[in-house]
Amino acid sequence: MLYNHTVARLTYRALLGRRRALILCALPALLLVIAVAVRAFAGVDDRAATEILGGLALATLVPLIGVIAGTGAIAPEIDDGSIVYLLSKPLNRRTIVTTKLFVAIGVSLAFTVVPILIAGIILNGNSQQIATAFTVAAIVASVAYSAVFLLLGTLSRNAVVLGLIYAMVWEALFGNLVPGARVLSIQQWSLSLAERIAADGADISSDVALPTAMILLVVATVLGTWYAGERLRSLKVAGDD
Amino acid sequence: MTAPPAPDARIHDIGYRRYEGERLGAMYARCSLFVHSLRGAYGLGRSARSKMLPIGLFVIMCAPAVVMVAVVMTTGRDELPIEYTAYGVFMQPIFGLYLALAAPQMVSLDLRYKTIPLYFSRPIERGDYVIAKFASLTASLFLFVGIPLLISYVGSLLAKLDFADQTTAFARGLVATAVFAVLHAAIGLLIASMTPRRGFGVAAIISVLTIPYFAVISLMVVADEQGSPDAVGWIGLFSPGSLLEGFQAKFLGGELEFPGDQMLTNAAGAAYVVVIAAIIALCYFLLTRRYRKAG
Repeated sequence: MLYNHTVARLTYRALLGRRRALILCALPALLLVIAVAVRAFAGVDDRAATEILGGLALATLVPLIGVIAGTGAIAPEIDDGSIVYLLSKPLNRRTIVTTKLFVAIGVSLAFTVVPILIAGIILNGNSQQIATAFTVAAIVASVAYSAVFLLLGTLSRNAVVLGLIYAMVWEALFGNLVPGARVLSIQQWSLSLAERIAADGADISSDVALPTAMILLVVATVLGTWYAGERLRSLKVAGDD
Repeated sequence: MTAPPAPDARIHDIGYRRYEGERLGAMYARCSLFVHSLRGAYGLGRSARSKMLPIGLFVIMCAPAVVMVAVVMTTGRDELPIEYTAYGVFMQPIFGLYLALAAPQMVSLDLRYKTIPLYFSRPIERGDYVIAKFASLTASLFLFVGIPLLISYVGSLLAKLDFADQTTAFARGLVATAVFAVLHAAIGLLIASMTPRRGFGVAAIISVLTIPYFAVISLMVVADEQGSPDAVGWIGLFSPGSLLEGFQAKFLGGELEFPGDQMLTNAAGAAYVVVIAAIIALCYFLLTRRYRKAG
């Protein structure tokens, strides 16, 4: 079994309950505001669309929401010990992990993919398939980020910081300085898909070949989920620190 | 019915004494809070696990300075590859992570474990708490950027670069670092004080630092391509990172890395100063308001 409705409901409320949904909304809302502003002042411009969807949306918005949703789905519960109540129920622990992953993916998709598609259409009316390309890239990136950051949530108490180090330092800083670092970057993997979908004239390029990128994406997602299940399976209820 | 008191009842003197030592007063409590928070920001006095991240980030922060010095010494260049004023902006991802780590550490735990009333049982006021935390976060951020600057300064003097040039540049770098530290401390502390959950505070601080920054950079590229270079400078007002980059370039003789490479106009420069000061003042005001009722 891969999905349990009660666990999903609890996770969903932990992620988006109270005012959190509103705060999370601020990020995609900013993207839409910028898209409208650029369209109003600069008109339709494919380079501007690529710059904003690639440089802002895919490079920062998607990993950030991924970190918040992926680690937020499980890390706070482990941190304050309330995961015990969930683990003591007659539920397969793998089911708990996969359910939480589904919710994390759902939340990431809702807060990234939809706004990116709308922003892309606002920016250039999907000319050269740029909006579609980045939307598809955001979908696969969200899935992979959610799985990897969910795993981080089960590995460390500093999951949020480690996830941000991966997203900001490894992908952004090292990715710019050291070309080799780009091979192990979810952002580049998803960009290679975007490169394929967009028309040739669009200025989207990735350092990773498409087949490699697809394999790495699937491996990262499946392996991440499997190991998160393993971690939760062997989680000790009494903390050792 | 209670028994009547025994006729020989008396109170024994069992040797309790008054405290007659020196009363150290509010100033001492403020200093203690400052020092304790500052040490906590680098994980000193905490478990080895909590030292790992801040110290690790600090080492990464210092690495480019060491490399720069090594490069200057071996190649015999007559200036450092990265200017003092630009160092903080250059290492912004690391700096942002450190801020996101240190600020919630400083205030979220007090909120979560409700230790704030304990502080106010000492002779300090709510305002003192805010000032002490603000000062220690500023100091820890200042050290975080200032020590790598010091390393490159000492290294460049050892490499026999021009003393007068390096000293003025270093002094300017320290001024830029101070502004950098105060602005980021104000923003980080305000966000961290809103939530007792550390993880959420970390993510929120990073979002506030990075999303506007990347938004601003994207908009600048667009504005530059559209042929309105004047707009580039004004767009920079909307994120902390670009504010400081513009500020140090305009007033401290640094280089401006904005798209188009055009220096800010005087009006835009003045606006940068006003906006920086306004953000600091506003965050400080909101912080004191936040703590009027906390705990």
